[in-house]
Amino acid sequence: MILDQEQSLTTSNAFIRKKLSYRLHIDIPLFVALLLLLTLGVFILYSATGHNMAIVNRQITHIVIALVLMLAIAQVRPQTIQFWAPWLFIIGIILLITVLIVGDVGKGAQRWLDLGFFRFQPSEILKLALPMMLAWYISELSLPPSGKRVITAIFMLAVPTLLVAKQPDLGTALLIASAGFFVLLLAGLSWKMIISVTIMIIASAPLIWGYVLHDYQRARILTLINPDNDPLGAGYHIIQSTIAIGSGSLYGKGWLNGTQSHLDFLPERSTDFIFAVFSEEFGFIGCILLLILYTYIIVRGLIIANQAQDTFSRLLAGSLTLTFFVYIFVNIGMVSGILPVVGVPLPLISYGGTSIVTLMVAFGILMSIQTHRRLIGS
Amino acid sequence: MAQFDSLALKDHLRDEQVFGSRLIITTVFIVILILILVARLTYLQIINQQHYATLSENNRVSIKPIQPIRGLIYDRNGILLAENIPSFTLELVPEHIKNIPVLIKKLQNIISITPSHIKYFNKRLKRKRRFEGVALRYKLTEDEVARLSVKQFTLPGVEIKAELSRHYPLGKLTAHSIGYVSSISERELQKVDASNYSGTSQIGKIGIERKYEKILHGKIGLQKVETNASGRILRVLDRELPVPGKNIYLNIDIRLHSIAQEAFADHKGALVAIDPNNGNVLALTSFPSFDSNLFVNGIDTENYTRLKSSPHQPLFNRAIQGRYPPGSTIKPFIGLAGLELDIIKDNEKLTCPGYYMLKNDERRYRDWKKKGHKETDLHKAIVESCDVYFYDLALNLGIDKMSSYLTRFGFGAITGLDINGESSGLLPSREWKRRTRNLPWFPGETLITGIGQGFLLTTPLQLASATATLSLDGHRQRPQMIYAIQDPKIEILNERPPKLLTKVDVINPLNWKYVQQSMKAVVHSIYGTARSINRDLKYKMAGKTGTAQVHGIKQDEEYDEEKVKKILRDHALFIAYAPADAPKIAVALIVENGGHGGSVAAPIARKIIDDYLARDTDNDS
Repeated sequence: MILDQEQSLTTSNAFIRKKLSYRLHIDIPLFVALLLLLTLGVFILYSATGHNMAIVNRQITHIVIALVLMLAIAQVRPQTIQFWAPWLFIIGIILLITVLIVGDVGKGAQRWLDLGFFRFQPSEILKLALPMMLAWYISELSLPPSGKRVITAIFMLAVPTLLVAKQPDLGTALLIASAGFFVLLLAGLSWKMIISVTIMIIASAPLIWGYVLHDYQRARILTLINPDNDPLGAGYHIIQSTIAIGSGSLYGKGWLNGTQSHLDFLPERSTDFIFAVFSEEFGFIGCILLLILYTYIIVRGLIIANQAQDTFSRLLAGSLTLTFFVYIFVNIGMVSGILPVVGVPLPLISYGGTSIVTLMVAFGILMSIQTHRRLIGS
Repeated sequence: MAQFDSLALKDHLRDEQVFGSRLIITTVFIVILILILVARLTYLQIINQQHYATLSENNRVSIKPIQPIRGLIYDRNGILLAENIPSFTLELVPEHIKNIPVLIKKLQNIISITPSHIKYFNKRLKRKRRFEGVALRYKLTEDEVARLSVKQFTLPGVEIKAELSRHYPLGKLTAHSIGYVSSISERELQKVDASNYSGTSQIGKIGIERKYEKILHGKIGLQKVETNASGRILRVLDRELPVPGKNIYLNIDIRLHSIAQEAFADHKGALVAIDPNNGNVLALTSFPSFDSNLFVNGIDTENYTRLKSSPHQPLFNRAIQGRYPPGSTIKPFIGLAGLELDIIKDNEKLTCPGYYMLKNDERRYRDWKKKGHKETDLHKAIVESCDVYFYDLALNLGIDKMSSYLTRFGFGAITGLDINGESSGLLPSREWKRRTRNLPWFPGETLITGIGQGFLLTTPLQLASATATLSLDGHRQRPQMIYAIQDPKIEILNERPPKLLTKVDVINPLNWKYVQQSMKAVVHSIYGTARSINRDLKYKMAGKTGTAQVHGIKQDEEYDEEKVKKILRDHALFIAYAPADAPKIAVALIVENGGHGGSVAAPIARKIIDDYLARDTDNDS
């Protein structure tokens, strides 16, 4: 009702009266889509955990906190975000180094920093701080950035990526690197540069294989090539998750009726492998609808990026949206067996507070960029 | 101004163009990648759906864990203390049951199922998935198994599972040393490698079972099986055998436990025996005890409430957690401190009138002997346990010197025994009192610390360890329960070496001899407070009695054992080692509310040492 009224007031007038939602700094299309996705996630989680209300309740708490944070960030002006970008980046790097020295070891990797009242992963900060930093740095001068700037930017990108990869947390390192890369890509990094870097990475692959990757990471890549090679170990997840997805068929087995994905040895079924549970129970149609919902959010993000009024906002909004896509592609790709297993959650659906909070803060930034536009007559 | 310049340098239109063109390219990429995902899903869910549906619905490949066999625990003579016996569990698989309460009613006609069984079943039911078996009753008797098997075909979803369950043949004797295993809690599951425990339902909770959980547990095995839609195993495809847990041999001599239990009878208390030469813990007992088998498959509420609320606290491990005033058993250590720090010369005498008074204080600090001990030197003060002598000595030493000397024997700190939950006792000092109570230290408190009363608290384990150290001129070993680890496949005992601790050094080695001679006289001289146990003693024993006050006596009151209720009666203590010239065993024990150390506690120590040394010589010959 209110919306309709507001809509009628909105005209093509040069001095548009701001809609109520814009005064609250909420982008309604994005907000509704996110709520839909989060709600869907809670239902899938209920099934994936075998009706464990304790976990579901914890996830709802995560969601509420994340929503509040998103709305809070949306109130901050993009200029303020721009001002704080370098500081946040420096703090993030310091925390990353701290965590390597004194961090808590969880599941064989050093990722957590314990502050007494809560624990968090500094690598999460970098998922936002790196694109902010690069957008700040590159938007100082005109696009495309000069060669010197690009080299400095690549250095800024490499430091946190390597620090996180060293923890070792390959999934997060990948997400941080992509967030940084997308800023450069959108800023007009020359194709020559992109191609030569790609060739460099391919050429150094044997070195990375031999010295950088851990044994378990090598096993995962080998497993991808031939999952039946090691059906009791690393290949087991992929065999089980492809069976789960495939047996979902067109319509799925129905909510709570999945059998395959509930087998004992799929330990990450509420986190990284939750897509297997979803596609077994909701089938091909469900998967397509989920992809449409995701695509809608991405499209909305890209529209916000395109409408943004300064280079910093554009680069940041674009990078955050594209990183969101990387989550989706890497996660679904790995669960369906076309990418190696790296720890990337299915965004806004997998269980876990940190990833939801980081993602929602990113959407808060998008909303801030969209709703703080000054509508000056053209 | 600078900002304005940089703004002027920027070409906004070009910026938008560059960004716009890149946005289009990335959008195209995204579309392509999404199409790849859609293609993959189409391949899995549409084109190959038949294949995967078959795999999933008709022949599910699943991996079943095989539980490794838990390592056995033996005493030093190879007597089995913890074993695994077959046990039958009744499980219900919810997936195949239409109405669970009705089925349970039916089962109640066949075997006994109590409301508490049903309560715990419902709790477990919530945590399991629909096709997993949920335990309803553990430890079915063979008779019950037979009756169920006959009717099983009429009871879909009912399964009888045979598995190995922990059993302690001497549960009451070992509850406080070996401890027990019980159902894994979710918190414990987070601390261990969960996949290694997916076939295990129990985990060590206290004692040796907990401390050496990793060694005892072993590594899980897996079998890859083909199951039909209802979860029934059709065939085994592949098998990876589990690695059984390793066996553990302890230093404990379980016969000493059995003798101690008999000797303590209905008394509460604890006894610890250590081999001074290597720190081997020969006995570690706490009374009353409980049957550790009760805990193995989850203890029922009635039994648990009974144990938990008993005023005798059977679950409390007095040997390592009990904090008691050491009473006069502390005197040899204080005496040594006096000699070493030159506060007393060995022949210096003091007259004991039966009480001691501080300057400017009306209060009389009494001696246990009302008439007093007359002329007393340190030797006599230890042999007859003269309190006045030690009041004076303590006052001259001062609380801080006394405390720091006792620290060297391990008082006030945990001994490092390989069982968790040790208490460190309490070694008071000026600084401690200021920190915890914000009060100054009073001279009277120094006096009573000298006879092992007041704030000073020790555990029976600390006393045994300190006695062992005293018996071997300051040679200190960390008390150790474990003797060796044995891989069941190769049978060779892999001994765990004892650990040497910082030696208690003395300025004059003769001071050791002085105190040791005095302790020998406690047992063997006609004035000794433990003379009652020297009859027919085939070896020389050194000891010290102690009586720890529980009940405060007013200045003008007299302590009458008969009148005081049993719970307020004094604790009886005794420390001893033997043979006096070449110690092989050191013992410390406390009998709660037992009265006098000499009459109640000392005879128990003699029984333990008699038995141990008798068999020790048997072995030698």
